[in-house]
Amino acid sequence: MEKSLKIAIKELNFFYRDFKALTDISLDVYAHEVTALIGPSGCGKSTMLRCLNRMNDLISYSRVKGSILLDDRNIYDPDVDVVSLRRRIGMVFQKPNPFPKSVFENVAYGMRVNGIKDKAYIAQQVETSLMAAALWDEVKDRIHESALGLSGGQQQRLCIARAMAVQPDVLLMDEPCSALDPIATQKIEELIHQLKITYTIIIVTHNMQQAARVSDITAFFYLGKLIETDVTDTIFTRPKLKQTEDYITGRFG
Amino acid sequence: MTIHFQRELEKIKKSILSLGALVEERVRMATRAMELRDANLAEKIIKSDYEIDELEVEVEEECLKILALYQPVAVDLRFLIAVIKINNDLERVADEAVNIAERVQVIAKRQRLDIPFNHYLMAEKSESMLKKSLDALVNMDVDLALRVCSLDDEVDNMLNEAYDVVKHAIGEHPDRVSYLINLLLVSRHFERIADHATNIAEEIIYLIEGEIIRHRDFT
Repeated sequence: MEKSLKIAIKELNFFYRDFKALTDISLDVYAHEVTALIGPSGCGKSTMLRCLNRMNDLISYSRVKGSILLDDRNIYDPDVDVVSLRRRIGMVFQKPNPFPKSVFENVAYGMRVNGIKDKAYIAQQVETSLMAAALWDEVKDRIHESALGLSGGQQQRLCIARAMAVQPDVLLMDEPCSALDPIATQKIEELIHQLKITYTIIIVTHNMQQAARVSDITAFFYLGKLIETDVTDTIFTRPKLKQTEDYITGRFG
Repeated sequence: MTIHFQRELEKIKKSILSLGALVEERVRMATRAMELRDANLAEKIIKSDYEIDELEVEVEEECLKILALYQPVAVDLRFLIAVIKINNDLERVADEAVNIAERVQVIAKRQRLDIPFNHYLMAEKSESMLKKSLDALVNMDVDLALRVCSLDDEVDNMLNEAYDVVKHAIGEHPDRVSYLINLLLVSRHFERIADHATNIAEEIIYLIEGEIIRHRDFT
Protein backbone atom coordinates (compact mmCIF):
# COMPACT_ATOMS: atom_id res chain seq x y z
CA MET A 1 0.00 0.00 0.00
CA GLU A 2 1.23 3.48 -0.88
CA LYS A 3 2.09 5.47 2.25
CA SER A 4 0.20 8.71 2.55
CA LEU A 5 1.66 11.72 4.28
CA LYS A 6 -0.49 12.86 7.20
CA ILE A 7 1.63 15.42 8.99
CA ALA A 8 4.64 17.27 7.65
CA ILE A 9 6.66 19.16 10.24
CA LYS A 10 8.83 21.72 8.48
CA GLU A 11 11.74 23.51 10.10
CA LEU A 12 9.90 23.93 13.34
CA ASN A 13 11.47 26.02 16.09
CA PHE A 14 9.86 26.47 19.46
CA PHE A 15 10.75 28.91 22.21
CA TYR A 16 9.80 29.24 25.86
CA ARG A 17 10.69 32.92 26.27
CA ASP A 18 14.37 33.00 25.21
CA PHE A 19 14.90 29.29 25.62
CA LYS A 20 14.87 27.43 22.34
CA ALA A 21 13.22 24.09 23.12
CA LEU A 22 13.08 22.82 19.54
CA THR A 23 15.53 23.59 16.74
CA ASP A 24 14.77 23.10 13.05
CA ILE A 25 12.65 19.99 13.36
CA SER A 26 11.56 18.47 10.07
CA LEU A 27 9.68 15.19 10.25
CA ASP A 28 7.13 13.42 8.08
CA VAL A 29 4.41 11.41 9.76
CA TYR A 30 2.52 8.91 7.62
CA ALA A 31 -1.10 7.88 7.97
CA HIS A 32 -1.81 4.58 9.72
CA GLU A 33 1.64 4.36 11.14
CA VAL A 34 2.83 4.65 14.70
CA THR A 35 5.63 7.15 15.08
CA ALA A 36 7.53 7.03 18.37
CA LEU A 37 9.43 10.02 19.73
CA ILE A 38 12.23 8.99 22.06
CA GLY A 39 15.02 10.79 23.86
CA PRO A 40 16.20 11.72 27.35
CA SER A 41 14.17 13.99 29.64
CA GLY A 42 14.15 17.58 28.43
CA CYS A 43 15.07 16.68 24.85
CA GLY A 44 11.92 18.31 23.48
CA LYS A 45 9.87 15.27 22.55
CA SER A 46 6.87 16.24 24.68
CA THR A 47 7.12 19.83 23.47
CA MET A 48 7.10 18.46 19.92
CA LEU A 49 4.00 16.42 20.66
CA ARG A 50 2.24 19.39 22.21
CA CYS A 51 3.04 21.56 19.19
CA LEU A 52 1.04 19.12 17.08
CA ASN A 53 -2.31 20.07 18.61
CA ARG A 54 -1.25 23.53 19.67
CA MET A 55 -1.38 22.69 23.36
CA ASN A 56 1.61 25.00 23.74
CA ASP A 57 -0.61 27.95 22.76
CA LEU A 58 -1.77 27.81 26.38
CA ILE A 59 1.68 28.96 27.50
CA SER A 60 1.56 32.69 26.92
CA TYR A 61 5.29 33.36 26.58
CA SER A 62 5.88 30.58 24.05
CA ARG A 63 6.59 31.17 20.38
CA VAL A 64 6.59 28.99 17.27
CA LYS A 65 8.53 29.38 14.02
CA GLY A 66 8.13 27.07 11.06
CA SER A 67 5.10 25.06 10.07
CA ILE A 68 3.20 21.87 10.70
CA LEU A 69 1.08 20.72 7.79
CA LEU A 70 -1.86 18.48 8.62
CA ASP A 71 -3.17 17.15 5.32
CA ASP A 72 -1.27 19.94 3.54
CA ARG A 73 -2.73 22.72 5.69
CA ASN A 74 -0.58 24.63 8.18
CA ILE A 75 -2.12 24.23 11.64
CA TYR A 76 -0.47 27.50 12.69
CA ASP A 77 -2.27 29.54 10.05
CA PRO A 78 -4.11 32.40 11.77
CA ASP A 79 -7.52 31.28 10.53
CA VAL A 80 -7.25 27.77 11.96
CA ASP A 81 -9.83 27.06 14.65
CA VAL A 82 -7.92 25.47 17.51
CA VAL A 83 -10.95 23.66 18.93
CA SER A 84 -11.70 21.90 15.69
CA LEU A 85 -7.97 21.20 15.24
CA ARG A 86 -7.95 19.45 18.60
CA ARG A 87 -11.00 17.48 17.56
CA ARG A 88 -8.96 16.13 14.66
CA ILE A 89 -5.87 15.56 16.77
CA GLY A 90 -6.76 13.85 20.02
CA MET A 91 -4.44 13.46 22.94
CA VAL A 92 -3.88 10.94 25.70
CA PHE A 93 -1.72 11.94 28.66
CA GLN A 94 0.77 10.30 30.92
CA LYS A 95 -1.55 9.90 33.88
CA PRO A 96 -5.11 8.85 33.18
CA ASN A 97 -7.22 11.96 33.72
CA PRO A 98 -10.89 10.99 33.51
CA PHE A 99 -13.40 13.70 34.41
CA PRO A 100 -15.16 13.18 37.73
CA LYS A 101 -18.23 12.03 35.86
CA SER A 102 -19.69 8.71 34.81
CA VAL A 103 -17.94 6.45 32.31
CA PHE A 104 -20.62 7.35 29.76
CA GLU A 105 -20.33 11.09 30.27
CA ASN A 106 -16.55 10.97 29.97
CA VAL A 107 -16.78 9.53 26.48
CA ALA A 108 -19.79 11.66 25.52
CA TYR A 109 -18.10 14.86 26.69
CA GLY A 110 -16.21 15.69 23.50
CA MET A 111 -19.31 15.24 21.38
CA ARG A 112 -21.35 17.49 23.68
CA VAL A 113 -18.62 20.16 23.55
CA ASN A 114 -18.75 19.91 19.78
CA GLY A 115 -22.48 20.63 19.90
CA ILE A 116 -23.81 17.15 19.11
CA LYS A 117 -27.23 16.67 20.69
CA ASP A 118 -28.54 13.48 19.03
CA LYS A 119 -28.84 11.12 22.03
CA ALA A 120 -29.01 7.91 20.00
CA TYR A 121 -25.92 8.93 18.05
CA ILE A 122 -24.04 9.80 21.24
CA ALA A 123 -24.98 6.49 22.87
CA GLN A 124 -23.90 4.59 19.79
CA GLN A 125 -20.62 6.48 19.55
CA VAL A 126 -19.88 5.91 23.26
CA GLU A 127 -20.32 2.17 22.79
CA THR A 128 -18.24 2.07 19.62
CA SER A 129 -15.43 4.06 21.23
CA LEU A 130 -15.39 1.92 24.36
CA MET A 131 -15.28 -1.18 22.20
CA ALA A 132 -12.45 0.20 20.10
CA ALA A 133 -10.58 0.97 23.31
CA ALA A 134 -11.10 -2.66 24.41
CA LEU A 135 -12.95 -1.49 27.48
CA TRP A 136 -16.61 -2.13 26.68
CA ASP A 137 -16.83 -5.63 28.17
CA GLU A 138 -15.33 -4.44 31.43
CA VAL A 139 -17.55 -1.40 31.91
CA LYS A 140 -20.83 -2.11 30.12
CA ASP A 141 -22.60 -2.96 33.41
CA ARG A 142 -21.36 0.13 35.23
CA ILE A 143 -21.44 2.67 32.48
CA HIS A 144 -23.29 5.23 34.58
CA GLU A 145 -21.03 4.85 37.57
CA SER A 146 -18.14 7.20 38.26
CA ALA A 147 -15.09 6.76 36.04
CA LEU A 148 -12.91 7.34 39.09
CA GLY A 149 -13.86 3.87 40.31
CA LEU A 150 -12.04 2.22 37.41
CA SER A 151 -8.52 0.82 37.72
CA GLY A 152 -5.59 2.86 36.36
CA GLY A 153 -5.38 0.77 33.18
CA GLN A 154 -9.13 1.02 32.64
CA GLN A 155 -9.02 4.78 33.22
CA GLN A 156 -6.29 5.13 30.60
CA ARG A 157 -8.30 3.11 28.09
CA LEU A 158 -11.29 5.29 28.97
CA CYS A 159 -9.20 8.35 28.10
CA ILE A 160 -8.32 6.73 24.78
CA ALA A 161 -12.03 6.03 24.18
CA ARG A 162 -12.79 9.65 25.08
CA ALA A 163 -10.20 10.84 22.57
CA MET A 164 -11.63 8.58 19.88
CA ALA A 165 -15.28 9.46 20.44
CA VAL A 166 -14.96 12.65 18.41
CA GLN A 167 -13.42 10.65 15.55
CA PRO A 168 -10.04 12.32 15.25
CA ASP A 169 -7.52 11.56 12.50
CA VAL A 170 -4.51 11.58 14.72
CA LEU A 171 -3.91 10.37 18.28
CA LEU A 172 -1.09 11.87 20.31
CA MET A 173 0.03 9.78 23.27
CA ASP A 174 2.32 11.26 25.87
CA GLU A 175 3.78 8.31 27.78
CA PRO A 176 0.40 6.58 27.97
CA CYS A 177 1.71 3.62 29.96
CA SER A 178 4.13 5.17 32.40
CA ALA A 179 1.62 5.08 35.25
CA LEU A 180 0.38 1.57 34.46
CA ASP A 181 1.34 -1.93 35.55
CA PRO A 182 2.76 -4.42 33.01
CA ILE A 183 -0.58 -6.08 32.25
CA ALA A 184 -2.38 -2.79 31.68
CA THR A 185 0.62 -1.68 29.61
CA GLN A 186 0.33 -4.77 27.46
CA LYS A 187 -3.36 -4.04 26.87
CA ILE A 188 -2.61 -0.48 25.76
CA GLU A 189 0.15 -1.70 23.46
CA GLU A 190 -2.18 -4.23 21.86
CA LEU A 191 -4.72 -1.47 21.52
CA ILE A 192 -2.19 0.74 19.73
CA HIS A 193 -1.67 -2.02 17.17
CA GLN A 194 -5.44 -2.10 16.59
CA LEU A 195 -5.88 1.66 16.53
CA LYS A 196 -3.34 2.36 13.82
CA ILE A 197 -5.66 0.71 11.31
CA THR A 198 -7.97 3.71 11.82
CA TYR A 199 -5.71 6.44 13.16
CA THR A 200 -2.28 7.92 12.78
CA ILE A 201 -0.52 7.67 16.11
CA ILE A 202 2.37 9.62 17.55
CA ILE A 203 3.64 8.36 20.87
CA VAL A 204 6.18 9.76 23.28
CA THR A 205 7.74 7.13 25.45
CA HIS A 206 10.64 6.72 27.84
CA ASN A 207 10.33 3.00 27.59
CA MET A 208 12.64 1.99 24.78
CA GLN A 209 11.30 -1.54 24.51
CA GLN A 210 7.83 -0.09 24.20
CA ALA A 211 8.89 2.18 21.36
CA ALA A 212 10.49 -0.84 19.69
CA ARG A 213 7.38 -2.95 20.11
CA VAL A 214 4.61 -0.56 19.10
CA SER A 215 6.04 1.83 16.54
CA ASP A 216 6.79 1.70 12.83
CA ILE A 217 9.01 4.76 12.79
CA THR A 218 11.21 6.02 15.60
CA ALA A 219 12.51 9.56 15.91
CA PHE A 220 15.33 10.25 18.37
CA PHE A 221 15.44 13.72 19.93
CA TYR A 222 18.34 15.20 21.84
CA LEU A 223 18.77 18.74 23.19
CA GLY A 224 15.84 20.00 21.15
CA LYS A 225 17.10 18.56 17.89
CA LEU A 226 15.87 15.65 15.86
CA ILE A 227 18.98 13.50 15.62
CA GLU A 228 17.84 10.46 13.68
CA THR A 229 14.62 9.10 12.22
CA ASP A 230 14.28 5.69 10.69
CA VAL A 231 12.23 2.53 10.51
CA THR A 232 11.99 1.29 14.10
CA ASP A 233 13.60 -2.09 13.35
CA THR A 234 16.63 -0.29 11.94
CA ILE A 235 16.91 2.15 14.84
CA PHE A 236 16.96 -0.69 17.34
CA THR A 237 19.26 -3.08 15.46
CA ARG A 238 21.65 -0.80 13.60
CA PRO A 239 21.15 2.92 14.10
CA LYS A 240 23.25 5.07 11.80
CA LEU A 241 24.49 7.58 14.34
CA LYS A 242 26.58 6.90 17.38
CA GLN A 243 24.54 9.35 19.46
CA THR A 244 21.40 7.29 18.84
CA GLU A 245 23.22 4.06 19.58
CA ASP A 246 24.62 5.48 22.82
CA TYR A 247 21.18 6.54 23.95
CA ILE A 248 19.28 3.36 23.18
CA THR A 249 21.99 1.12 24.61
CA GLY A 250 22.18 3.26 27.74
CA ARG A 251 25.75 4.49 27.27
CA PHE A 252 24.72 8.03 27.86
CA GLY A 253 26.23 10.97 29.66
CA MET B 1 21.87 0.81 30.80
CA THR B 2 23.71 -0.04 33.96
CA ILE B 3 27.37 -0.57 34.66
CA HIS B 4 26.28 -4.01 35.75
CA PHE B 5 25.12 -4.77 32.24
CA GLN B 6 28.41 -3.58 30.75
CA ARG B 7 30.21 -5.84 33.19
CA GLU B 8 28.12 -8.81 32.06
CA LEU B 9 29.03 -8.08 28.44
CA GLU B 10 32.72 -7.92 29.34
CA LYS B 11 32.41 -11.25 31.09
CA ILE B 12 30.83 -12.85 28.03
CA LYS B 13 33.55 -11.43 25.82
CA LYS B 14 36.20 -12.97 28.04
CA SER B 15 34.41 -16.33 28.04
CA ILE B 16 34.08 -16.49 24.26
CA LEU B 17 37.72 -15.52 23.81
CA SER B 18 38.94 -18.17 26.22
CA LEU B 19 36.77 -20.73 24.43
CA GLY B 20 38.36 -19.53 21.19
CA ALA B 21 41.86 -19.99 22.59
CA LEU B 22 41.00 -23.48 23.81
CA VAL B 23 39.55 -24.49 20.45
CA GLU B 24 42.58 -23.09 18.61
CA GLU B 25 44.76 -25.26 20.81
CA ARG B 26 42.68 -28.36 19.89
CA VAL B 27 43.15 -27.67 16.20
CA ARG B 28 46.90 -27.32 16.68
CA MET B 29 46.94 -30.61 18.57
CA ALA B 30 45.01 -32.29 15.74
CA THR B 31 47.47 -31.00 13.16
CA ARG B 32 50.35 -32.24 15.23
CA ALA B 33 48.74 -35.64 15.85
CA MET B 34 48.25 -36.01 12.11
CA GLU B 35 51.82 -34.97 11.39
CA LEU B 36 53.33 -37.40 13.90
CA ARG B 37 50.68 -40.10 13.39
CA ASP B 38 50.39 -39.89 17.18
CA ALA B 39 47.45 -41.99 18.41
CA ASN B 40 48.01 -40.98 22.04
CA LEU B 41 47.73 -37.29 21.28
CA ALA B 42 44.62 -38.07 19.23
CA GLU B 43 43.17 -39.88 22.23
CA LYS B 44 43.81 -36.81 24.37
CA ILE B 45 41.84 -34.60 21.95
CA ILE B 46 38.89 -37.00 21.95
CA LYS B 47 38.87 -37.43 25.72
CA SER B 48 38.96 -33.72 26.50
CA ASP B 49 36.26 -32.55 24.11
CA TYR B 50 33.73 -32.47 26.95
CA GLU B 51 35.53 -29.38 28.32
CA ILE B 52 34.68 -27.46 25.17
CA ASP B 53 31.11 -28.71 25.23
CA GLU B 54 30.65 -27.55 28.80
CA LEU B 55 32.10 -24.13 28.07
CA GLU B 56 29.85 -23.77 25.03
CA VAL B 57 26.74 -24.47 27.12
CA GLU B 58 27.95 -22.05 29.77
CA VAL B 59 28.44 -19.21 27.27
CA GLU B 60 25.06 -19.84 25.68
CA GLU B 61 23.28 -19.82 29.03
CA GLU B 62 24.99 -16.55 29.96
CA CYS B 63 23.86 -14.98 26.68
CA LEU B 64 20.27 -16.14 27.18
CA LYS B 65 20.28 -14.78 30.71
CA ILE B 66 21.44 -11.36 29.53
CA LEU B 67 18.89 -11.29 26.70
CA ALA B 68 16.10 -12.06 29.15
CA LEU B 69 17.22 -9.66 31.87
CA TYR B 70 18.35 -6.62 29.89
CA GLN B 71 16.64 -6.85 26.49
CA PRO B 72 19.63 -5.25 24.80
CA VAL B 73 19.33 -3.33 21.52
CA ALA B 74 21.57 -2.18 18.67
CA VAL B 75 25.27 -2.98 19.06
CA ASP B 76 24.68 -4.85 22.33
CA LEU B 77 22.03 -7.02 20.72
CA ARG B 78 24.23 -7.68 17.70
CA PHE B 79 27.11 -8.55 20.02
CA LEU B 80 25.09 -11.16 21.89
CA ILE B 81 23.66 -12.69 18.74
CA ALA B 82 27.15 -12.84 17.22
CA VAL B 83 28.52 -14.47 20.37
CA ILE B 84 25.78 -17.11 20.37
CA LYS B 85 26.62 -18.00 16.78
CA ILE B 86 30.40 -17.83 17.18
CA ASN B 87 30.05 -20.01 20.26
CA ASN B 88 28.28 -22.61 18.19
CA ASP B 89 30.90 -22.44 15.42
CA LEU B 90 33.75 -22.81 17.89
CA GLU B 91 32.19 -25.91 19.38
CA ARG B 92 31.86 -27.38 15.90
CA VAL B 93 35.50 -26.59 15.14
CA ALA B 94 36.47 -28.57 18.23
CA ASP B 95 34.27 -31.42 16.96
CA GLU B 96 36.20 -31.36 13.69
CA ALA B 97 39.43 -31.61 15.70
CA VAL B 98 37.93 -34.71 17.32
CA ASN B 99 37.02 -36.08 13.89
CA ILE B 100 40.59 -35.57 12.71
CA ALA B 101 41.85 -37.29 15.86
CA GLU B 102 39.63 -40.29 15.12
CA ARG B 103 41.01 -40.51 11.57
CA VAL B 104 44.54 -40.27 12.98
CA GLN B 105 43.84 -43.26 15.22
CA VAL B 106 43.02 -45.32 12.14
CA ILE B 107 45.86 -43.93 10.04
CA ALA B 108 48.45 -44.39 12.81
CA LYS B 109 47.87 -48.16 12.80
CA ARG B 110 48.60 -48.47 9.11
CA GLN B 111 51.82 -48.26 7.20
CA ARG B 112 52.60 -44.94 5.57
CA LEU B 113 52.07 -44.71 1.86
CA ASP B 114 54.31 -42.51 -0.19
CA ILE B 115 51.93 -40.33 -2.18
CA PRO B 116 52.03 -36.55 -2.83
CA PHE B 117 49.35 -35.92 -0.19
CA ASN B 118 50.21 -33.10 2.11
CA HIS B 119 47.67 -32.17 4.76
CA TYR B 120 50.03 -29.66 6.26
CA LEU B 121 49.30 -26.68 3.99
CA MET B 122 45.61 -27.08 4.46
CA ALA B 123 45.95 -27.42 8.22
CA GLU B 124 48.10 -24.33 8.34
CA LYS B 125 45.65 -22.33 6.26
CA SER B 126 42.61 -23.37 8.29
CA GLU B 127 44.39 -22.74 11.56
CA SER B 128 45.46 -19.31 10.40
CA MET B 129 41.89 -18.48 9.31
CA LEU B 130 40.62 -19.48 12.73
CA LYS B 131 43.28 -17.40 14.44
CA LYS B 132 42.58 -14.39 12.23
CA SER B 133 38.84 -14.59 12.85
CA LEU B 134 39.41 -14.61 16.61
CA ASP B 135 41.86 -11.70 16.29
CA ALA B 136 39.19 -9.85 14.32
CA LEU B 137 36.82 -10.42 17.25
CA VAL B 138 39.34 -9.17 19.81
CA ASN B 139 40.15 -6.03 17.81
CA MET B 140 36.73 -5.53 16.16
CA ASP B 141 38.58 -5.54 12.85
CA VAL B 142 36.27 -5.64 9.83
CA ASP B 143 39.10 -5.70 7.29
CA LEU B 144 40.68 -8.74 8.87
CA ALA B 145 37.30 -10.50 9.02
CA LEU B 146 36.76 -9.76 5.32
CA ARG B 147 40.17 -11.23 4.54
CA VAL B 148 39.25 -14.44 6.33
CA CYS B 149 36.13 -14.71 4.18
CA SER B 150 38.16 -14.36 1.02
CA LEU B 151 40.59 -17.12 2.09
CA ASP B 152 37.89 -19.75 2.20
CA ASP B 153 38.08 -20.50 -1.52
CA GLU B 154 41.77 -21.35 -1.29
CA VAL B 155 41.02 -24.05 1.25
CA ASP B 156 38.17 -25.34 -0.91
CA ASN B 157 40.62 -25.67 -3.81
CA MET B 158 43.06 -27.54 -1.61
CA LEU B 159 40.34 -30.03 -0.77
CA ASN B 160 39.69 -30.55 -4.47
CA GLU B 161 43.37 -31.19 -5.05
CA ALA B 162 43.46 -33.68 -2.18
CA TYR B 163 40.48 -35.41 -3.75
CA ASP B 164 42.33 -35.81 -7.05
CA VAL B 165 45.49 -37.08 -5.37
CA VAL B 166 43.57 -39.63 -3.31
CA LYS B 167 41.48 -40.74 -6.27
CA HIS B 168 44.60 -41.35 -8.29
CA ALA B 169 46.29 -43.19 -5.40
CA ILE B 170 43.28 -45.48 -4.98
CA GLY B 171 43.78 -46.55 -8.59
CA GLU B 172 47.42 -47.33 -7.92
CA HIS B 173 46.97 -48.95 -4.51
CA PRO B 174 43.55 -50.58 -4.50
CA ASP B 175 44.56 -52.56 -1.40
CA ARG B 176 44.90 -49.32 0.62
CA VAL B 177 41.45 -47.83 0.01
CA SER B 178 40.52 -47.55 3.69
CA TYR B 179 43.77 -45.76 4.56
CA LEU B 180 43.40 -43.37 1.64
CA ILE B 181 39.78 -42.54 2.40
CA ASN B 182 40.82 -41.66 5.94
CA LEU B 183 43.44 -39.29 4.51
CA LEU B 184 40.81 -37.61 2.36
CA LEU B 185 38.50 -37.31 5.37
CA VAL B 186 41.23 -35.47 7.27
CA SER B 187 41.33 -32.93 4.45
CA ARG B 188 37.59 -32.65 4.55
CA HIS B 189 37.65 -31.94 8.30
CA PHE B 190 40.24 -29.20 7.88
CA GLU B 191 38.13 -27.69 5.14
CA ARG B 192 35.15 -27.66 7.53
CA ILE B 193 37.27 -25.84 10.11
CA ALA B 194 37.96 -23.16 7.50
CA ASP B 195 34.20 -22.94 6.84
CA HIS B 196 33.49 -22.35 10.51
CA ALA B 197 36.25 -19.73 10.66
CA THR B 198 34.53 -18.01 7.73
CA ASN B 199 31.20 -18.12 9.58
CA ILE B 200 32.85 -16.54 12.61
CA ALA B 201 34.31 -13.78 10.42
CA GLU B 202 30.87 -13.16 8.91
CA GLU B 203 29.35 -12.87 12.37
CA ILE B 204 31.99 -10.31 13.31
CA ILE B 205 31.17 -8.24 10.23
CA TYR B 206 27.48 -8.37 11.23
CA LEU B 207 28.41 -7.36 14.76
CA ILE B 208 30.40 -4.34 13.63
CA GLU B 209 28.48 -3.17 10.59
CA GLY B 210 25.00 -4.50 11.27
CA GLU B 211 24.92 -6.08 7.86
CA ILE B 212 24.39 -9.76 7.17
CA ILE B 213 26.90 -10.77 4.50
CA ARG B 214 26.35 -14.53 4.52
CA HIS B 215 25.91 -16.26 1.17
CA ARG B 216 27.80 -13.50 -0.58
CA ASP B 217 30.42 -14.25 -3.19
CA PHE B 218 33.87 -12.98 -2.26
CA THR B 219 35.70 -13.88 -5.44
